[in-house]
Amino acid sequence: MINEIKILHDHGIQYVKDLRNAILTPLFRGRPIISGSVTEADAASLEAMCPSGAITAVPLTLDLGKCVFCRECEFAFPHAVRFTNDYHIAASRREDLVVRAGEDRPITVDTTLLRKKVRKLLGPSLKLRQVSAAGDNSCEMELNASGNVNFDMGRMGIEFVASPRHADGIVITGPISKNMAEALQICYEATPEPKIVVLVGSDAISGGLYANSPALDRSFLERYHVDLYVPGNPAHPLTFINGLMDLLGIEDRK
Amino acid sequence: MHENHQYLRVGGNPVVVDLAAIPVLDYGRFYSQTSHILRNPDCRCVAYFAKPTSTTLDFFMAISDERNDILLYRHQCEQTQELEALTAQLPAMHIYEREIAERYGVTFSNHPWLKPVRYPYNRVASEWMDSYPFYKIDSTELHEVGVGPIHAGVIEPGHFRFICNGEKVLHLEIQLGYQHRGVETLLADGSSTLRKMIISENIAGDSAVSHGLAFALCAEALADVAIHPQLALERVIAQEMERIAVHIGDTAALCGDVAYQLGLVVCEALRTVMINTTQFWCGNRFGKGLIRPAGTHYPITAEVKAEVVKNLTKVRKEYLQLTETLFGLPSVLARFEGIGELTTEQVRGIGAVGMAARMANLERDVRRSNPYLAYAFFEHQPVVKDGGDVMARAELRSEEVAQSIDRILQMLDGVDFDVKAATPNFSLQYRPNALVLSLVEGWRGEICHAAITDGSGAIAHYKVKDPSFHNWFALALAVRNQEISDFPICNKSFNLSYCGNDL
Repeated sequence: MINEIKILHDHGIQYVKDLRNAILTPLFRGRPIISGSVTEADAASLEAMCPSGAITAVPLTLDLGKCVFCRECEFAFPHAVRFTNDYHIAASRREDLVVRAGEDRPITVDTTLLRKKVRKLLGPSLKLRQVSAAGDNSCEMELNASGNVNFDMGRMGIEFVASPRHADGIVITGPISKNMAEALQICYEATPEPKIVVLVGSDAISGGLYANSPALDRSFLERYHVDLYVPGNPAHPLTFINGLMDLLGIEDRK
Repeated sequence: MHENHQYLRVGGNPVVVDLAAIPVLDYGRFYSQTSHILRNPDCRCVAYFAKPTSTTLDFFMAISDERNDILLYRHQCEQTQELEALTAQLPAMHIYEREIAERYGVTFSNHPWLKPVRYPYNRVASEWMDSYPFYKIDSTELHEVGVGPIHAGVIEPGHFRFICNGEKVLHLEIQLGYQHRGVETLLADGSSTLRKMIISENIAGDSAVSHGLAFALCAEALADVAIHPQLALERVIAQEMERIAVHIGDTAALCGDVAYQLGLVVCEALRTVMINTTQFWCGNRFGKGLIRPAGTHYPITAEVKAEVVKNLTKVRKEYLQLTETLFGLPSVLARFEGIGELTTEQVRGIGAVGMAARMANLERDVRRSNPYLAYAFFEHQPVVKDGGDVMARAELRSEEVAQSIDRILQMLDGVDFDVKAATPNFSLQYRPNALVLSLVEGWRGEICHAAITDGSGAIAHYKVKDPSFHNWFALALAVRNQEISDFPICNKSFNLSYCGNDL
């Protein structure tokens, strides 16, 4: 018992006090900024080198829904692209994830898009069922971390649950393999209305590195509306938690 | 002992050879030679795979022998040919032959169970996993329990089918493949080295550094690039940091499963310190972006070194303080000791690697047997336990964390880390018509990457082996005759990879 009290004492307070304004290390790869004065030749090279097809040359844009945050574009063309450590990069509209050259605009969740009833019903207590559909386990580990002693997403009434029957929405990671397409569909149907759909990680949002792989079946996303896109490779817990708080209009409960 | 055998013997790790230098055997010769060599317990198969040509299948065998050299040889056959199964002699070969049978339609006679490994989209048979006939026992005394593919926690999908007598598990069948993204195909599709590098570090997120490193070693060997000794040290430090973080996270999960809340939260917090240190170093909590061919974007600076030393010293003290208490708690010992026990003979028989072997007194550690990078500069002494149970796997983690921290602090101590590091090179020219093979000891165990280049030096075939490929079977054996309620803790004590298996 004395040992355990000593351990508790030595560890002190671990939780992130202010989830909205916590600052990540300078090298963390968050929202990029693209310079407004990139030559056509450099833009073409950027498009050609991007491993996941996130960069388009004309006009010069970077799609965070496709980006795997490798930062190689910045290393190759430091005058053209710069990654900031801004982790507020979740959006409720797919097109809001596209960063344009010459713009330094925060990425925000459009709070008017979510059905009013859903906000009212789920805001105080959101239970989520997670479906890993061929994710590489890093997004899954970050979602687990969102609930751990540091980020403590539970303080906002947001939790992962074991059954879709207990859930108010599903969180999908991974590019959705053919072998998971049916299980995902069953899970969605088993979740009671009203429910939300959240995509976490570039693989889930666009297919990411696997976009052209014949091993995928992404038809689920053609059938259902997505309420929140959380980019990253993997998405950082703070990106996920802040995205959900914005979507549901939840205040930080410190 | 191998006077009459025909193979190409190569030392070192990675190894790269001309395809033409690898002897081609007829299958009878191949069979008797392989059975003979692998009967020696100090030899193990590190890769056995088929590469289709226009009319035939080209099979490659790689064995690490008792001198820790790599023995390479091949055989060829028609796609529809029936071959005698090596598994009949050597059970550990079961998974290689099952994979080849599923993917290319080769029939192996006398194989006990040619069960599909992962139902990839490009397999020969057309049936799907939902119609798969799970193993059944006809009895009114027994019942089946099916779990997955979506599990109760936030983890990857797989299907577990138990046959139980009351609470007791008679048999567990594990069906994977749900995570199949076509990774091996994408690694041989003519795309850039940068793209392949990034796909490799996304094979399994918890082993991003190790799988990334296995690819980088292959690429560098194919391009005949020598790296700076400092980079060789930094990569080892990155790998050991990955090991520490996952081991601590697994300790948290084990504590959570036996309702030891203090252990859960303390280890969660310490794992966060570890992965935030990696983020401080390279901007990503899992070390993605850290390993690049021929150089690095993130050399260890004086600032990084100071942060690593500070945090590792803290983690060492607080983690060992916790585990010392943990391993003295009767309530924890009651759930750890004698649970999910495997013998040395069992783990050897199934060809277990890494942690799953070392916890049952079988020393399998590439860092010692086939040293690479900075591991070649010092004598690594693997941690080996003999319990073979959940307790042994928990203690192994705790001891390896201490060992890895000490190793990192020692390496950081002696080196001036402000040397200007080489930048990565993504326009490497690969040697044509060659085979390259790299072995890396990830925190789970032996990772093997192998690539074959065509006449123009492009990668024409890529094969990845995660340690889980061998070790999933250890979990199936560990739960036999255990209570089904002990399954979660057995599962977590192995913490095997789904995405790393489904490639």
